[in-house]
Amino acid sequence: MTWTKAVDVKELAVFNQSLMRGIVAGLLGLCVVAFAADPIPDGNQSEVWQKVRKSYFEGRTIIDDTDGKVVALNAPKRAEDASTVPVQIKTGLNQTKERFIQKLYLFIDANPSPVAAIFTFTPESGRADIDTRVRIEAYSHMRAVAEMNDGKLYMATHYIKAAGGCSAANGTLPDYANFQPKLKFKVDPNVEKDQPTIAQLMINHPNASPLVKDQVTHLFQPAYYVRTINVSYAGKQIMSADVDFSISENPNFRFYFTPNGDGELRAEVLDTKDVKVESFVKITPTSGKY
Amino acid sequence: MKKFYQLVFVLFTAAPVFAADAGFNLKEIAPGIFVHQGQMVAERTPANMGDQANIGFIVGEKCVATLDAGGSMKVGLLLREAIKKTTPKPICYVINSHVHPDHMFGNPAFKADNVVFIGHERLAKGAAARSNNYTNSLKRDLGEVAEGSELTPPTQTIKAGETLDLDIGGRKLQIQAWPVGHTDNDISVLDEQTQTLWLSDLLFIDHVPAMDGSIPGWLKVIADLKKIPAKMVIPGHGPVTAPWPSAIEPEERYLTKVADGVRKALKDKLTIQEAIEGVAWDEKDKWTQFEQFHRRTVTATYAELEWEE
Repeated sequence: MTWTKAVDVKELAVFNQSLMRGIVAGLLGLCVVAFAADPIPDGNQSEVWQKVRKSYFEGRTIIDDTDGKVVALNAPKRAEDASTVPVQIKTGLNQTKERFIQKLYLFIDANPSPVAAIFTFTPESGRADIDTRVRIEAYSHMRAVAEMNDGKLYMATHYIKAAGGCSAANGTLPDYANFQPKLKFKVDPNVEKDQPTIAQLMINHPNASPLVKDQVTHLFQPAYYVRTINVSYAGKQIMSADVDFSISENPNFRFYFTPNGDGELRAEVLDTKDVKVESFVKITPTSGKY
Repeated sequence: MKKFYQLVFVLFTAAPVFAADAGFNLKEIAPGIFVHQGQMVAERTPANMGDQANIGFIVGEKCVATLDAGGSMKVGLLLREAIKKTTPKPICYVINSHVHPDHMFGNPAFKADNVVFIGHERLAKGAAARSNNYTNSLKRDLGEVAEGSELTPPTQTIKAGETLDLDIGGRKLQIQAWPVGHTDNDISVLDEQTQTLWLSDLLFIDHVPAMDGSIPGWLKVIADLKKIPAKMVIPGHGPVTAPWPSAIEPEERYLTKVADGVRKALKDKLTIQEAIEGVAWDEKDKWTQFEQFHRRTVTATYAELEWEE
């Protein structure tokens, strides 16, 4: 599948950094206009989106999935707390070997790092739905692009009014130097065999944005965020994600897996200090009602 | 972004007994304790100068301590002018209740007096981290009127859970630094002589409590506050005085309802979005600015409490 561009973490970081060079300079300006009562601009005209589109999907058709047949993006119209904006990506199909979503891209045009997350799924995922929480730096189009196993692309778009999430300080200002990330799984104990089952992975991590400036030292706080997440069940890959500080403090993901027998639901998380944290839960599915 | 500056207040009936000038109300609520009521406006504008919080000062035999400094340099200067018209005694302390811009941006108005700025041990860190955002949004709202405003950091600090006794001549002020509650850097001031307790934003009246710390933490702080045998309290927003401890009951009820509602939502495996739309909406008609602040309070509480267990 030559059209499927493999995106590794390094590439994501470099892409975001190159965009940041242009955008960070104008960041404070974005804050200034942040709450103006503008009408919703045409998302296709977004300069950032043109760049992102070219970089990730050059020459390919993206189907505007207005009725959410394949992918829908649910988020509030106006976020009360721009540092914690709940986002739900809902897909319209069960994952099968014949037809499945292999990648989900989450873009936030106006963020300093517009590539918020790239999720990878397998048929074993059951469904490719994702719930998470993001930071929003300015009024922005958000996009979820689903890439099917046959290469077809579907996009859902949502315009959100929220501002300042990336350059807002974390509430409790943890001591980053001595921080040890922690993971927590939440799964319903009554899991049914072969049924797509929802699970929640919680990561205790400041996921610090490098855009918060300390007015005493005049230095921006160091970037310190989760880079990759890998989730497997019984040794088979379920969901992986390349993410950055567009994801809120204490990153949180709800996703599906399909338990086809006893196994461990296992997560591996790697952050920008190359600290790796692992966690697992043992699952014993019941064989169902029939 | 933390939006604690867009505040609307209900009318209060007490007329100011003294006005520094036509635009700056001031009321002596107890002997030597003067409180200015922040304006009852929804938005900061150049005309209101960000004057949205209740601020004031206490006059001792030796000198004057201010209670916060107001939402901009201009408001701080008006407070200073009011002090100068009230007493010839020098200003020796600016006591900052917490980091929020509507309370702290007036600090630089008192630099010329060589005051000691007093605050919570975490105030300087919080101010440093938020200064950029707060300053930019103040400039956006006030334009040139924002000029000179800054979050001047404390020069004397108090550790969380500890108190500092301040003698301003013939009257002792007991300043208490609290664990995380409304913010992570709240302090209260008790004037022992009149048993008047300045709570600032630890107490919201009529305006829905805005949460920038932790609800479980705030509820613990409220339980301890209620043990203080004050006769009267000064809230950060709303009327300039209120009876104690009954004035804090609505706030305590609201915060308890949000915490209990979020815990139940987590138990019922509701998503954060479902919790935001479902928790404590029966409080809606009991407060002003409910829609603006309630959702973010539930959001933050859900994100905190999901780590309980």
